Amino acid sequence: MTRTQRFINWIDERFPLTATWRQHLSEYYAPKNFNFWYFFGSLALLVLVMQIVTGIFLTMHYKPDAGQAFGSVEYIMRDVPWGWAIRYMHSTGASMFFIVVYLHMFRALLYGSYHKPRELLWIFGMLVYLCLMAEAFFGYLLPWGQMSFWGAQVIVNLFSAIPFVGPDLAVWIRGDYVVSDATLNRFFAFHVIAVPLVLLALVAAHLVALHEVGSNNPDGIEIKRKKDPKTGIPLDGIPFHPYYTVKDIVGVVVFLIVFSFIVFFTPEVGGYFLEHNNFFPADPLKTPSHIAPVWYFTPFYSVLRAVPPMFSSKFPGVLAMGAAVVVLFFLPWIDRGAVKSIRYRGPLYKAALAIFVVSFFILGYLGTEPTNVWGQFGAWLGGADRATVVARVCTVLYFLFFALMPWYTKIDKTKPEPERVTW
Amino acid sequence: MVKRLLAALLLAPLATIASAQEMKLDHANVDIHDAISIQRGARVFVNYCLSCHSASYMRYNRLTELGLTEAQIKDNLMFASEKVGDLMTVSMRAQDAKSWFGVAPPDLSVIARARGADWLYSYLRAFYRDDSRPTGWNNLVFPNVGMPHVLWELQGMQRLETTEVEHEGQKIERRNLVLDKPGAMTPAEYDQMVRDLVDYLVFMGEPVQTFRVQIGVVVLFFLALLFVLTWAMKREFWKDVH
Repeated sequence: MTRTQRFINWIDERFPLTATWRQHLSEYYAPKNFNFWYFFGSLALLVLVMQIVTGIFLTMHYKPDAGQAFGSVEYIMRDVPWGWAIRYMHSTGASMFFIVVYLHMFRALLYGSYHKPRELLWIFGMLVYLCLMAEAFFGYLLPWGQMSFWGAQVIVNLFSAIPFVGPDLAVWIRGDYVVSDATLNRFFAFHVIAVPLVLLALVAAHLVALHEVGSNNPDGIEIKRKKDPKTGIPLDGIPFHPYYTVKDIVGVVVFLIVFSFIVFFTPEVGGYFLEHNNFFPADPLKTPSHIAPVWYFTPFYSVLRAVPPMFSSKFPGVLAMGAAVVVLFFLPWIDRGAVKSIRYRGPLYKAALAIFVVSFFILGYLGTEPTNVWGQFGAWLGGADRATVVARVCTVLYFLFFALMPWYTKIDKTKPEPERVTW
Repeated sequence: MVKRLLAALLLAPLATIASAQEMKLDHANVDIHDAISIQRGARVFVNYCLSCHSASYMRYNRLTELGLTEAQIKDNLMFASEKVGDLMTVSMRAQDAKSWFGVAPPDLSVIARARGADWLYSYLRAFYRDDSRPTGWNNLVFPNVGMPHVLWELQGMQRLETTEVEHEGQKIERRNLVLDKPGAMTPAEYDQMVRDLVDYLVFMGEPVQTFRVQIGVVVLFFLALLFVLTWAMKREFWKDVH
C-alpha cells in the first residue's frame, strides 16, 4: 500500500471522502447525449463562486454608508490595485448570472426537465432563482447611484400597495420613510451574508436532488431504465468524472472568453449592465424622468406596468408581477404532456413555447424603455401608448402559456420516444 | 463678420431640433488614445472648471498616465493643492455654491460616464444669451441650467433664433444658435478646445480604460490558447464514448 493510499484510508475511516467522490463524480452516471443546453448548470455554479470571491474583495474596500458608498466604489475603481477588474467582474457577473440561469431554465422548458421525478429539483431551482433576484435587488442599491436609489424606492413602494399592511410593511423594509442610510445598511447585510447563505444551502439541495434522481437529457427518457445487467450501470450513462468534467471545462473557457470580452472591452454593455444614470450619485430630491430596472428584471417590470390600476390601487399590477414568477413553480403539475422532450412533442407545445419566448423578450425590451417609446395609437384606440398595448398583449400571452398548458399539452400529437438516447 | 456668422451656422448643426424638446446631439469623436488632446483638455479643466466643480475621485498624479511628469503637473496644472497625490477638490463650500447658483455644481469625476461624451460636447457649445435667466445665460441642451457660460470669452455670445418651418405638413419650431459677438477663438478653434476638454472628461471618468483594454487583449489570447488545449483534452477523453 502506498503512502497516499494509506493517507486516504485514514481519512475514509473518519470521513466518507472516497464514497462522496464516487457518488457525486466518478460513479455518478450522466446521460452521454448532453448538448449545448447542458453547459449552463455548471456555469451557474462557476459564476456563483466568482461572485462570492469578487464580492469578498469588494467588501474589504466598500463603505455601506450613504455619505461614502458612491465614493468608495470610485475608490475601488481608481485607487485599489486591480479594484476596477474586481468590480467589473462582479457587475458583469451579476448580469451573466441571470443570462446563464435563464438559459438553464429554458433548457428545462425545452426538455421537460421538471417532470416526474424531478419536481423537487425544479422547485429548489426556482427557489435559487428567487434568491438570486433578491440578491441582485439588494446588491444594486450598494453603488448608491441614482438608479440604485430610485430603483429601490420604486420596488419597495410596491409593497406599500398591499392592502392594509402595505405602508407599514414598506417602512419596515426600508427602516425609514424613504430609502436612506438605514436602508443601505440593511441591504448590505442582506446582500453579503443573509441571502448568500440561503442561496448556498438551496444550491446544495438542488445538487443533492439532482444526484438522487439523475439528470434528464435532450431525449427526455430515463437512462436508468436500461441498465447493464452485470454492473447495474445505465447503458447510456457515462461517469460524470472524467467525461463531463473535461467537457464542462471547455464550456467554462468559452464562457470566460465572452465574460472577459465584456469585462475588459465593454463593461457597461451600452448601459444595460451598468446604467449610465447610476454614475450620478443618489439624490433623494431629484427624481429621474425615466426609472428602469436592470435588464434581467425588465420582463416582470413590464408586466407590472402593463396591468392598469384597479380601484385606484396598483396592487393588481404587483400581484401580476409576482404571479409571473410564482406560476413557474407549478410547471411540473400543469404540464400533462405524454413526452418530456421538445424533440417528441407535438406542434402545439412548440408553438406555445415559441410565443412564450417571444413575449418574454418583448416584455424584457419594453421594460427598459419609457412607455411612450413607440409613440401613440390614433384616436381609434383612445390615443393609448403603443408600447403599453403591446406589453398588455404580451402579458396575456405570457400567462396563457401556463393557463392553457394542461389543455394543449394533453391534446398535443406527440411522437414516440426512442428506447435509447440519440445523439 | 458675415463669414463668421455663416461658419457658426454651419458648425452648429446641433441647433436643429426634431419636433419636441429632444435635442439632436453632435458627435464628440473622442479619442482616448490622443494623449496630447487629453493634456490640453486637462489644462482647460483646471483653469475653467476646477474652480467651482470638484473631481474629488481623481488624483492629480493620475495625469502621469498621459506622459506628464509629476513636476510638470505641479507647475502647470495644480493651483489649489500642494501634493501631487491630492484629489481634485475645490475650496468652494457646497452651501455657498447653492446660494449663488441655485444648485451645487456637480462633481465631475464620472460625469462623462453619466452624461456621455456627445452630450457634454453639445452642451458646452450650446449656451446662448437669455436675459430672463439670473445668470444671463441659457442652454439648448440643458434648458434653464444653473451654470453661467464660463467659456464665453473664448466662444463669444450666441443668440437663439427661432423660425417656424413646415415639416411633413406640420409646423415645427427650428431653433438655431447664431454667434452675435465673436470671442477670442474662432468657432473651429472653440470646437476643438471643447473636444479636448471632453476627451479629458472621458479619460477622467475611467483613467484605467486604455490599460484595461491592453490587459483584455492578453487575457483573450491566453483564453484562446486554453480553449485549444481543453478542446483537445475533451476529444481525447471522449474517444471511447459511442
